[in-house]
Amino acid sequence: MNRYPLWKYLLIVAAVAIGLLYTLPNFYGEVPAVQVSPLRSNLKADAALMARVEATVKKAELAVQGIALDATSVKVRLSSTEDQLKAKDALQAALGEDYVVALNLLSRSPQWLTSIGALPMYLGLDLRGGVHFLMQVDMKAALTKKVETYTNDIRGMLREQRIQYSGIAREGQAVAVRFREAALRDKALARITKDMPDLELKTADDAGEYRITGTLKVEAQRRTQEFALQQNINTLRNRINELGVAEPIIQQQGADRVVVQLPGVQDTAKAKDILGRTATLEVRMVDEERMDPGSLEQAKAGQPPFGTELYYERNGQAVLVKKQVVLTGERINDAQPGFDGQTGEPAVHINLDGAGARIFQQVTRESIGKRMAILLFERGKGEVVTAPVIRSEIGGGRVQISGRMTTQEANDVSLLLRAGALAAPMDIVEERTVGPSLGADNIKIGFNSTLYGFAAIAVFMIGYYAMVGFFSVVALAANVLFLVALLSMLQATLTLPGMAGIALTLGMAIDANVLINERIREELRNGNTPHAAIFAGYDRAWGTILDSNVTTLIAGFALFAFGSGAVKGFAVVLCLGILTSIFSAVVVSRGLMNLYYGGQRKLDRISIG
Amino acid sequence: MEFFRIKKDIPFMRHARMFNIISLVTFLIAVGSLAIQGLNFGVDFTGGTVMEVAYKQPPQLDDVRASVAKLGFAEASVQNFGTARDVLIRLPVKEGLTSAKLSEQVLAELRKQQADVEIRRVEFVGPQVGKELFESGALALLFVCIGIVAYLAMRFEWKFGLAAIIANLHDVIIIVGVFSIFRWEFSLPVLAAVLAILGYSVNESVVVFDRVRECFRSRQYRNASVPEVLDAAITQTMSRTIITHGSTQMMVLAMLLFGGETLFHFALALTIGICFGIYSSVLVASPIVMYLGVSRNDLVKPETVAKPGEDGAVV
Repeated sequence: MNRYPLWKYLLIVAAVAIGLLYTLPNFYGEVPAVQVSPLRSNLKADAALMARVEATVKKAELAVQGIALDATSVKVRLSSTEDQLKAKDALQAALGEDYVVALNLLSRSPQWLTSIGALPMYLGLDLRGGVHFLMQVDMKAALTKKVETYTNDIRGMLREQRIQYSGIAREGQAVAVRFREAALRDKALARITKDMPDLELKTADDAGEYRITGTLKVEAQRRTQEFALQQNINTLRNRINELGVAEPIIQQQGADRVVVQLPGVQDTAKAKDILGRTATLEVRMVDEERMDPGSLEQAKAGQPPFGTELYYERNGQAVLVKKQVVLTGERINDAQPGFDGQTGEPAVHINLDGAGARIFQQVTRESIGKRMAILLFERGKGEVVTAPVIRSEIGGGRVQISGRMTTQEANDVSLLLRAGALAAPMDIVEERTVGPSLGADNIKIGFNSTLYGFAAIAVFMIGYYAMVGFFSVVALAANVLFLVALLSMLQATLTLPGMAGIALTLGMAIDANVLINERIREELRNGNTPHAAIFAGYDRAWGTILDSNVTTLIAGFALFAFGSGAVKGFAVVLCLGILTSIFSAVVVSRGLMNLYYGGQRKLDRISIG
Repeated sequence: MEFFRIKKDIPFMRHARMFNIISLVTFLIAVGSLAIQGLNFGVDFTGGTVMEVAYKQPPQLDDVRASVAKLGFAEASVQNFGTARDVLIRLPVKEGLTSAKLSEQVLAELRKQQADVEIRRVEFVGPQVGKELFESGALALLFVCIGIVAYLAMRFEWKFGLAAIIANLHDVIIIVGVFSIFRWEFSLPVLAAVLAILGYSVNESVVVFDRVRECFRSRQYRNASVPEVLDAAITQTMSRTIITHGSTQMMVLAMLLFGGETLFHFALALTIGICFGIYSSVLVASPIVMYLGVSRNDLVKPETVAKPGEDGAVV
């Protein structure tokens, strides 16, 4: 009666083998590595890049353990952290600023394990050190900005259409346009309805004044918010690339929040500065009078004429720009690629806010025929995005840059104009920083508590239940193996609460074996034969084991559903641990019992203490 | 080896009233403490900033306090954390001062005194996020309670379900109450521990009640009174109860001893939960079942009795 069919033994052996295989990568540790990934979308991580990287590290005479290429980056394994830093410097110097060169740690596990998908668990920030930020996007500001854009657009349109209005302004989250005559108002209303379908329009008349009030439709609001969030995530991603973090996580959380996790980053002040940076776009006039070859040569030698600065266009052409700033990027509401209405050429449409529009109108009126430069400052270095000639006075805050541009360039320029800016301001609403020394301590803490706890349980179980206790301990060890293997397979993030979860699950898992063992003893006491006692013990305890696990599982689910961050990690481990423990405590321990006692037809006693 | 070789059933139910009084008194103390001084909520729930900094040389805490006070936080708590060289600084939420930049300002101020101070950990939680974490924590607690009641209602007769949930909520109140009495910090991990223990200790009631049901159905107890059956069920499961909780506690003890400050309160909540879990599921839940007037008829349906073989092994 206490015999398993062959397939059950094979199942146990297979489970243990797979468990071992997937647990294995966690024991190999990590090697220092350098990760190279391209910054711009037109550059690819390909064989050519790999060859360049290989040549560079070879020239630097570093001991390279391997170079690998994946979808987004080239990774170089090195033998020491010293070489790692040298390699980083050498690669950064050789590849320039188009590539991010970041320090990373890669698993030391052999290739054959990696190729079957056996990867080590991902360590959470509290174990490896790093920064976690939760950033809240100010959606109200995003909507205000959008309404501001509409205010400008309506103003420009009414002027173009020569519809006279007596006033236009943004009032809170609405555009208010006032007219002196009802006929003009109706004409404008028809126009706005046709051109701006995202606006919900209302009219009101009082004291000889005819008003149109436009608010964003709910659908448009939602779209604006989604767009704002998406753009902020893109901007954050660009900025984080500057930090050279190997595996940053930038994720949307909820409707208006972004999670940023930067493993290994220690300089939190710098990280915060870069994440929270405001737009650094400037509009300045080109100093054409002094752009003679002589002055340019002098400027290139480091001595630009007084009151000017030397910048380069993207094609490498030098431009002398006045130091005086006309406008900053904060005045830009939006920049979109498009086409010139008359010539059909690719163009960039820029929308300025009210103050920006006034300044721009004044400057363009005074400088027709001159060139103006739009500069983007990144990492403290300026670059001329474009330097067009002013053809006419530009009012209304709607600026169009066109001429000598391809569609691709128009796209790039508008992206650059927007990239510096966040669509809406963001605040850090949660920060969790863990230093590297604490991370290492936490791993030790988690590992030691689990180990000592396990050892104590093992000693007790073997002392108290003798051979049967030993089987229980083996089953418990199998449980650890299954749990770690499962977590590795799922590529779950291991945190300190997760490690506490492993420890706690083991403490709870032994419950099932105690239930079984106690039941077996009881059956023996009641005068049953050893075989009948084993059979009844497992049979009867099963219902109780199932019960007790279901209630813990309920708690685990609730923690997972409502918990955040580390608590979620704990919940995942708890739930998985319960599932693996049912298998190990019931099937594995029974398998051992059957193997040991099942063959003995005449079993006089069981070694159960 | 065997610790519990009990020949005669222990008459637990005869002393039911005494256990009830003990429960009631501890419960009232816990509720009283919660009502009067409330919980010492951690930064997760209140919002604010917690910084753990490490010095090479043990610093004067008063100097650290003075530095923090310079930034406008006279009421900040500054204490040693684990060793004399590690200092934990807690800054409450303060209008206009609380922001993610605060930790940098504090660090800069501390560096003026000892340049080698190093950040071990920073936790900044905005007031809004704190409120949300609090709400989701309360929701999780509610969900677990409802889930367990629903499960028990499905699994048992309502009298058992009700008794089990009263016993376990009594546990939760007492764990939380102990945290309130000793002003221990109630943080997110502690809440996780409370919920885990809630799920775990319901098991205990389930095991005892399973045995009660089995005893009611067995011929051996056909003529026994309800308290006698309860006594028998508790006595029979006692060995198992104490050993499983003992082994879980061994694991928790390892966390308590080797888990450092980080896991200390988590393990502490588990310890209290395990101790009270044994007590409540045995000595609180069972008397309640008795008071609710459970009888053999509640459990033993005619067709169940008719099934032969089910009780065979017991005889």
